[in-house]
Parts: sequence; structure tokens; C-alpha cells
Amino acid sequence: MSDKPAYIVIDGTKHPADPSRNLLEIALELGYDLPYFCWHPELGSVGACRQCAVTQYADDQDERGRIVMACMTPCQGGARFSLDDAQSAEMRRSVIEFLMTNHPHDCPVCEEGGNCHLQDMTQMTGHSYRRYRHTKRTHRNQDLGPLVAHEMNRCIACYRCVRYYRDYAGGHDLEVFGAHNHVYFGRAQDGILESPFAGNLVEVCPTGVFTDKPYGDSYTRKWDLQQAPSVCAHCAVGCNLMPGERYGRIKRVENRYHEAINGYFLCDRGRYGYAYTNDPQRPRHALSGRAEAKALEPRAALQQLADWIAEGDAIGVGSPRASLESNHALRALLGAEQFYRGESRGTCALDDLALELLRDAPVQVATLRDIENADSALVLGEDLLNTAPRLELALRQMTRNLGFELARQAHVPTWQDQSVRLLAQQQRSALFIATPATTSLDAMAQWHWRSHPDGIARLGHAVAHALDPAAPPPASGQRELMSRAGEIADTLLAAKRPLLVSGHACQSLAVLHATAAVARAYHRATGRRLHLALALPEANTLGTAMLGGATLDELCHRADAAGIRTLIVLENDLRRRLPDAQLRQLLERTERLVVIDHLPPDTPDADLLLPAATVFEATGSFVNHAGRVQRFVQTFSPEGDQRASWCWLQHTARLLDRDLGLDLDALTKDCASTHPLLSGMLQAAPAADFRLGGARIPRQPHRYSGRTAMQAHRDIHEIQPTKDPDSAFSFSMEGVTTTMDKPASAVPLVWFPRWNSPQAINKFQSEIGGPWRGGNPGIPLLHGGTDDHGDYAEPPAPSSGLQTVPLWHVFGSEELSNRSPALRERGLAGACVALHPDTADRLGLASEPLVQLEAPHLSLILPLQLRADLDPQSVGLPAGVEGLGGGLFGLAVTLRPTPEAQA
Amino acid sequence: MSQKFSPPDKPLTDRIRPDHAPFDVAEYERAGGYQALRKALRTMGPEEVIGMVKDAGLRGRGGAGFPTGVKWGMVPHGADAPAQKYLIANGDEMEPGTFKDRLLLEGDPHQFIEGMVIAAYAIGASVGYLFLRGEYVLAAQRCQQAIAEARQRGLLGRNIKGTGFDFELHLHTSAGRYICGEETALINSLEGKRAVPRAKPPFPTVAGLFGRPTVVNNVETICNVPHIIQFGVDWYKNLSRTANGGTKLYGVSGKVTHPGAWELPMGTTAREIIEGHAGGLRAGLRLRGFLPGGASTDFLTAEHLDTPMDYDAIAQAGSRMGTGTIIVLDDQTSLVGALRNLEHFFAQESCGWCTPCRDGLPWTEKLLAEIEAGRGQPGDLELLAQQTRLLGPGRTFCAHAPGAMEPVQSALKHFRAELDALIPDTAPAASRKVGS
Repeated sequence: MSDKPAYIVIDGTKHPADPSRNLLEIALELGYDLPYFCWHPELGSVGACRQCAVTQYADDQDERGRIVMACMTPCQGGARFSLDDAQSAEMRRSVIEFLMTNHPHDCPVCEEGGNCHLQDMTQMTGHSYRRYRHTKRTHRNQDLGPLVAHEMNRCIACYRCVRYYRDYAGGHDLEVFGAHNHVYFGRAQDGILESPFAGNLVEVCPTGVFTDKPYGDSYTRKWDLQQAPSVCAHCAVGCNLMPGERYGRIKRVENRYHEAINGYFLCDRGRYGYAYTNDPQRPRHALSGRAEAKALEPRAALQQLADWIAEGDAIGVGSPRASLESNHALRALLGAEQFYRGESRGTCALDDLALELLRDAPVQVATLRDIENADSALVLGEDLLNTAPRLELALRQMTRNLGFELARQAHVPTWQDQSVRLLAQQQRSALFIATPATTSLDAMAQWHWRSHPDGIARLGHAVAHALDPAAPPPASGQRELMSRAGEIADTLLAAKRPLLVSGHACQSLAVLHATAAVARAYHRATGRRLHLALALPEANTLGTAMLGGATLDELCHRADAAGIRTLIVLENDLRRRLPDAQLRQLLERTERLVVIDHLPPDTPDADLLLPAATVFEATGSFVNHAGRVQRFVQTFSPEGDQRASWCWLQHTARLLDRDLGLDLDALTKDCASTHPLLSGMLQAAPAADFRLGGARIPRQPHRYSGRTAMQAHRDIHEIQPTKDPDSAFSFSMEGVTTTMDKPASAVPLVWFPRWNSPQAINKFQSEIGGPWRGGNPGIPLLHGGTDDHGDYAEPPAPSSGLQTVPLWHVFGSEELSNRSPALRERGLAGACVALHPDTADRLGLASEPLVQLEAPHLSLILPLQLRADLDPQSVGLPAGVEGLGGGLFGLAVTLRPTPEAQA
Repeated sequence: MSQKFSPPDKPLTDRIRPDHAPFDVAEYERAGGYQALRKALRTMGPEEVIGMVKDAGLRGRGGAGFPTGVKWGMVPHGADAPAQKYLIANGDEMEPGTFKDRLLLEGDPHQFIEGMVIAAYAIGASVGYLFLRGEYVLAAQRCQQAIAEARQRGLLGRNIKGTGFDFELHLHTSAGRYICGEETALINSLEGKRAVPRAKPPFPTVAGLFGRPTVVNNVETICNVPHIIQFGVDWYKNLSRTANGGTKLYGVSGKVTHPGAWELPMGTTAREIIEGHAGGLRAGLRLRGFLPGGASTDFLTAEHLDTPMDYDAIAQAGSRMGTGTIIVLDDQTSLVGALRNLEHFFAQESCGWCTPCRDGLPWTEKLLAEIEAGRGQPGDLELLAQQTRLLGPGRTFCAHAPGAMEPVQSALKHFRAELDALIPDTAPAASRKVGS
């Protein structure tokens, strides 16, 4: 035992020592305002900017002390520091003065102004008078594509951008060039930043070098934005967002920190996917009639719908992109037998199995930190970058854990980023990836296994067999398969924190069954439960599985058998769910189609269209991929008639003398009591009667301007703020905004005195990088099971035929973000069929520009794309691309030249 | 077969011909070369070699003066040590006014190679690099030639002279950054990365090139090694006039009669070097001050001329021995011009990693340029003095900026009156730009 004191001293005050952490983190955590630039909680310390200088004293007698960088100084017991002394204050002020020798004085026209860490730090250090009387260096800016703007003159060379982009996110096309005070952070030449995480540069950059381009194109100062806590609707991860609105438009989306989900970072799909909300083509009023649609007053539209429902036999189709409340309202209004889940039988089976795994299988449901902290991982079938991008970023960090371990052994602190990387070199924690095509993490993996979904499932079963001999091995498994599986099993067994990743990417039940087999076998072999992360496609995929209901295939049978009088489709484009022919037949057998949606009405002609609110215009709940139920709160009150789908349905119910309540809380309660599994949704966020200091929580910051003038061109009277019966937030600026200990889901703005930039989050965390002081937002509903009595599924037999597999793309596969013009520039080229060159050769297609793809009920002619990285038995089709229709995957298909080519 | 050679007084330059044409391997061996290599590899254990170098008191000749044997001893040894270790010779001689390593490499490349093999043997390195300043084209050619000859003779490569010791030596010519003289920046550069210093710990002796234990020694340091092995500790210590052992390559540049470099006993006084070997200042010029160890050391003045040039005495006088190559400043050359020129160099050679160095040095340079141009303002010298503190040791990531500020801080100390005289009493208000 060392006899060092268990405390450190900062300006005469004792605080607990922790030699594993650095002084900057500890000081920030303790509430000291110690300025910094190059340090970032996820990027560690490198000691470059010299901003967090403090004085360290050798002992009680030492009165001079010496300047050290807090970020590079461990909090050893007995250490004595001063932040208040003159020499460290002078140093910190001078570092700002140095930075300001080249930083332009363009704050009034800079997009970062008011949201700028450099402004905050400048104020904090007290630098106010310019002594530098010489010229500033200037740079040429680059066009970095549609998402991120570049203004290099503002650069203070903190190196965060390249450390984030290259070291953390694995990007290759952002570099630092040049030397001395001409260091340049940019690309080798103008061009789109390739990383789908490039948008985080906007928040990583402490000043206005990298700014949000679409936001800049329609700019509003941060303090003029109306904000509310939101949740991303563009995949099932459920990253927490902080959208900002003004003049009825979402202006930008910033990351809203969540320790267990997204940490400090978003993917660009989540950050820039909001544009569909601002789409001028969106329906703003109810429309009736097919060919000659005419606008209806909301009251008339509701009466129409009520009348049709009253006629009887109205059927509802829910959606995995609609909230729990909207799905539940439809089900409650029409009755459980009249409610369908909005997905095909195949997809529902996948969703149900995913739910069963996370609820009952002997696993621990992995959070963001569990993924990042795993020391070995097996990925079955998932191309995470394109299916659940934020998880890819997390899994990428997982490979660094071996390096952290080596650092600990060498007595190098794990936050000392440069040295950890030096010690690690190319050594990484074991990652095994089995997918049909190449993935972004292949280069980080021990090795990767290229196979079609059944082959991936066979590998999974072989791993299960190697873990637990009672698990059935795949029939006629080749030696290579079995030996690779053995290596994976040995690695998982030796690991302290093993992780299993799978999901819907292959659209294959076999892959999910194999995932279950690995989890069970691991539990039976060790008595421990490994961490499981499942990548699921839509914001509420798990939520709709929890609500249950029959499948679209059953709906089609019902339509075939008896026809449908009124079909109410809730936030669901059925063209993405069903093959064209099946959908056509369903609609032919349907008398009246009612659509409740927020997308432009290019969906099948509706007899009645009710304009729905998007996640930014209504409040509701999603269950994310890990079974966490989260509330998204309406950011703003839209100008048209669009309202939450559940709200339309509540009002319809009233006309039918049914009571679904008239606010969200009533519906949430009803939903929770109907579905015990969802009971946690009541605690997901404060109820509408929650008050702080007797007042609602204001969505508008205390500096919000123009309130009395914004609508003056229409009405010189100040308009009454809209009432919000569904949340504890108000559409005003009155009330308390910055109580740090309040529930995180009640924080509309991460702001703290002297901290105007997103870095104010430090003030809201219980520890740096830890949960919010008020706890993590949302409630986890699924915790895995202890039940390991389930049977192992039979491994699929070896197959030789061609099978269609989905090829996902981060930009283009998801329905809503696909409508963002900025993201479309980054998206897929369009529909095509991908084949391995050998397969194309074998089929005599190698030189065909177009090929015909045929399966029962399916015939498509598509351009051929040769992909050497694709498994030879897989026929790759882009997932989610418009015009291909649903039900495409997992089919045995034949391919031939087009009839024209044959002729 | 070992022929006895009498110990030389000037071992480093003993075999350098007046015209600097180097010995080839045969000539070098005939002149007693590679005897130390044979002795070390055949008759001594690595620890014995390290012990001798420690006992001889050899200190790093690159500027910092760190005891070489101690550095070697910090490399992990034994069964648990990493199998791959590296030895790097720092020949990136970019310190203004310094040209000693060039003389050694151009004049006697085999001496350097022999030192490398022995040093590598001592630390257990199987691969070595000569990191050579890119402009040293002749040195590169001669080293390349010598390496080829040595390899052909079995003095490099696998199983050197049948001893079972393997050592491969590669020449790397630098792309040309002063910061590569900093050993961790050098290693980054050698790895193909930006030449930015690394954080320590871990030190290169534990995790250096490609994360493996690595020793970086100056070329001159390496060249001392064969002689210590061959002629012994006592002989080596007796070469010196002071407690710091051996000889030293001293040089003088500036307006002296005979600029050049000479191997002299460690501890020779500055006066002997400047007035004796360099022939004193040119006619009509008087000594104003001198930088004793290259551009990044503090000025000393005429009163320090009798200081012995060794690590400890120069430090006591308020400067650093550095590379031991003196830059003389005469009374006719502009002091502020010389300072501006030096700071221009250092500002340009800042790697751009840390703020005070990257942005503080250009400011320093610009202030000096303003003063030189007669546009100094009251307060400028105080600002310069503050910069010397803000860019001082501990404030910056590495020693580049503190070194760069040494001439400025010592000029403010020794020549304050001259500098004060350059500042006009009042600055014209119109020329003050605020908020530009």
C-alpha cells in the first residue's frame, strides 16, 4: 500500500484523488471552469493546445510551482494544484491571445457565434485587448460537399478534427497539411467528406472552421432556436437529438448526449435527415377524394373518418416508423382483431425473434458503452455502417481495448491518447465479422468471413457447437468453417467482456437463430451472459413487435377472402412492405383507403389523407434496438393542420363516443396498462403536469429574440403561445432552463452560464462521459433472460443456389432521410443487381448491362453491377431504394440476360 | 592478428584526411578500424559494453548531454524484452551554425558504422537507421558506399564476423524539418508520419520506432564509442580537461578569420576556440557575444570567454553547451537583425502542434522585424520578455520554443540598453491598428 494521501488539493480545497484520471476531467467534474481545446472526453488528452495550464506545487513549501497541463497530469494523491494563481491565469490568457493572433474577428457573421467554445474560453480567460499588430495568416477554403462548410481562417489548430475524423471515426480523407502556423486541416483536394460521421466535425471543432452547411444556408442564431429533446427516427438505435426550429422550419439537429446510446456523436443520416419535415410538398391539410383531391377542414375530415369507421369493418395498418402511441391509438380505436402491424410475415417473424432474444435469451442487452468496452466481438451478418451507423462507430472503438490494456500494463494512463496508440500499434481486440459483402470494419477485424445468410448462420451454429457440444453442428461443415468457428469460440471464452452483434441486415431468420444459438451456448458453457446488440431497421421496430398484431400477409388473405371496406394506413408506405403485385391486389380489394402520414401524397391514392406530424411536430415514444423506450418531444407547433397521428385518432374516437383521452399522457397510460411489457413508458419522460419552480419548461432560450415581431407581418398583436397538453414544455421563454439535476429528458437546451457551446454538457453529467446528473433519458424495458431452456434451432443445410440479399446504404436505404436533398447527394446511385464477377461469368452475364431477375411473383430488369467483394452465392439488391418494391430478400432467384439481349 | 595502435589524441578526426576523402573499408581496417567491433562482439557482453560507455562518462553530443550509457541501460534487456529493438543515429543536423556531424560522416563513415554496430550490440538492436539531413548529399553518398562495403565484408548484416550478431543498417535521408532533431519527432518522421514530437512517457527506450524499444543517439556520440571500447575508459577520460570525458568537435561560425570545426579536448575554453583556432574576429570587428552551442542557446559575452566549453561550466555561465558549435556575433552586425533571422528560422520550423510555439514564435519574429525596421513601440521589449517566459520550458509541448527563445531572452539580459535604443520614445498613434 502506498502512503500517499487519498486526496488532491486545488487552491486549498481537498478533493478525492484518482491517479487513473487527469486533472482536467476531475476539475471540470468538480465544477471548475478550466478552459481547454484539444482535449475531448472521447478523444483523450494530447497536450497540444496548452490551454488548460495550471500550477502544480511540489509540496507544501513550494510557493513557485510549475506550469503543467491539467489534461496531461494524473490526479495522484497528495498533488497540489492552483487554478487561481497569477502565473497559470496569465498562461491561459496568453494561449488565447496566441490563438487570436490569427483568428479572424468575424463572430458577427460566423455560424458558430453564440455556440462557440472559443468565444466561451476567450471570455473565461479574460483576454480582451489585442496587442498583436501584425498581419494574420489566411487560407483557402475547400468545398467539402453538401453537409459541412469549411472556413480555415478561423482555425486554432487544436487537431481535434483530424483526431476525431481519422483516429476515432476511421476516415481517411481529412488530413493536416503543412507546418508551423500554416497547418491546414482539410482534404488533399476539394470534394465530399467521405465519412458518414463527418457531421460531428461541426460539434468537435471548437470554433467555426467546420460548420453545418444546410443550417448555414438557412441560418438562425442558437439563442433564437426553439428546442426540445428529440429522438432520431432514421434507424432503431434511437440516438438522442436536439433539433432547433424557427419560422416553422427545423434549422439544424445537434447531438443530445446519451451515455447508453449515442454519447457525443451522431451519424450524418441522423444529423441531416430532418429535411423531410421542411418539405414544402408535404400535406398540410386533410385531403379527400382520389383523382380530384380537395382540402378539408380538420373537423370535416375527422367526421368523415368517424362515419366510415362507424360503418364497421374498418381495418388499421400500423407502422414501425410511427410512435407507440399512434400505433396503440389505432389498435385501441379499431380493436385488436382489426389491427395489423404494417409489416410482412417475414419481417414480423424477424422482429418477433429479435424481441424474444432480447427479452428471454440468456444475454445482457448491450448499451453503447458495453459495445465500446467489449474485448472481443462476433458480428453475424451486420454491415453496421449501413444499417445502424452509430453502432459501427462504437464497435470501431471496441477494437482499441487491447491497446488500453497494454497501456495499463505499461503504466501509461488510458486517456493519454498518443501514447496508447503508440503502444498499441496495429494490435487490436479480436473482432470477427461474417457478412455477405465487405464492411467498413473488415480492416479492423481479426478476419472476416464472406458468405450468404445461410452460410453466416452455419458459422454461428458452428461457433455454438464449439462452445457447447450439445448444440447441433452445421451438417457437412467444411474443415475451414469448423476451425474458424473454434477460433471464435476460444476467443469468446477467453474474453472478459464478449459481445455478439447481429440483426436484420440479412433479412434472415436463420442468422437470428444462429445468434440465439451462440448466446445460449456461451451461457451453457460459462454460466455467464454475453452482451448482445441487434441492429434493427426502423425507429420503432421493437415497439411495434411489443404491441403485436397480425401481419400484412394475413391482411392480404383477409382482403382476398372478404374484401376490405375501410383501410386506415398509419405512417406506412406499403410499397416498401409488399411486392407490387400483392399490394395492387390488396388495394383492388379495398373500398376506401385512409392514409395518415406526413409524407407527400405520392403514396397510393387515398380517399382521405390526414396530415400527420413528424417527430419534430408531435410528442410520442419509440422503443429503440436495445429495448429502451424513449420520449421525443414536439419541437415546434406547425402552422398547418398536421398533428400527431394519435391525436387524429383520439379526436376520431371522441366522435364515435369512445374515450382515448385528449392528450398524450392518457394514451401512454392506456398503452402501458394494455401492454405490461411497455409499462416503463410512463417513466420515459416527465408527464405533462411536471413543473420546475412552478412553471413549465421553456422550449425557447432565455435570450430568444423577435417573439413580438416574428408574426408582425400577419398580425401586429403578439400571438398567444400555443398550449402543449402533451408534455411539460411550453412554447415560450418563461421558466427555468438550467437546473442540472432535473431529468435529462426535461432539458431543452444544454446551456450553462459561461458555457454557450455544446461543451456545456460537462456541467450536466454526473461524471465526464457518464450519465446525466438526472439519469439517462428513457427506460430500458428488456434485460435479456435467465431462461436457457430454449432449444437450439437446426442449422441450415448447405445450399448451392442463388439467394437475394439486401445491400444497405447509410444514405439511401432509409425512407425519411432519403428525402433530405443534402443526403441524396451522398446516396445510392439507384436500383441495380450486384453479382460476384465469377457468378456473372458462370451465368454468362458478365458483359450484360442489364439482367432479368426472376422468382415466383417477381420479375425485374435491372442494371448489373459486378462486385468482387460480394459472396458468390448472393444476389445483392439495394435495400430501401424506391421503385423496387417490398418482399425482395431471401428469395431463390434465377438470372438471365434480358429478352432483348437474347434476341 | 590484432595489431596494436597507439591511442590517438583526437580519435574522432584521426583518420580524416585533409581533403576529407574518406577511407574505404580496407584503408579503414588497415588504420586500425573495426578492431573495437571485433573486441566488443567477440570478447565482451552487451552489459560490459554499456558499463564501459557509462564509466567513460560519454554524454550525448546532440545538445542535451544525456549520459549515453544510462540511456542504453534503460532499454529492456533479458528474456522478457521485446525481440525487436532499434538503434537510430540522429544525423539531421539542422541547428544553425552546426556542421560537425557532416564532417564525421563525410570524412570517416566507417568510424560511424563501427560505432553503430557496437551500440546496436550493446542494446540488442538488429536494425538501425541513419536519419540524415536531406541536404547532406555527399554524406549520404559516402555513407551508402561505406554501408555497402561493410556489408560485403561481413561487418553488417547477418552473423557479423561470425559472432552470431545480426545488424542491418539503413540510410534514411530526411525531408528536411528542424524538429526531426527532436528524437520522437524524428521517429514519427521515420515511420512516415508527421514530424511532431510524442508525449512522454513512454520514452523511446521503451516504446520508440513502431512502438519498439529504440535508442536515438547523435552521430558524434556514436563515433566516440569504438574508441572507448578500443582504448579504454581511463584513456578516454584523460582526453578531457574536465570531468566530462573525451574530446569534442567544436566549431565557430560568424565573422571570424578562420571559421571551421576542430576536435579538441572537452573543456577547451571559448577563448582558445574563438581566438586561437578560429583566429579571432576579422579585422576591425569586436566580439559582442556568442551563442556557445548553436542557434538555440543563450548568448554569452566577452566576460565568459574563459569558460571551459563543457556541459556543466557552460550551464553555470547561463547557457547551454548544445552542439558545441559557436556562433559569433560581432559589433557591426545588427543584433536585432540577427535575432529576427534566428526567430524566422525557428518560427518556420515549428511543427505547429502546440499553441505557444506555433503562434508565439511568428509573433516574436514579427515584433523583432518591426523593431529592426524602426517601427518598434514602447512595450515591445516587455512583450518580448513576456514571450520568453510564455514560450519557456514546461509551457510548450517540446523543447523547440524554449530553445528558440534562448537567444532572445539572453539578448534582453545582456544587451537591453542597445535594444531599448531601438524603440522610439512614442509610437505615432496613427500607425496603431486595433482590431484588424
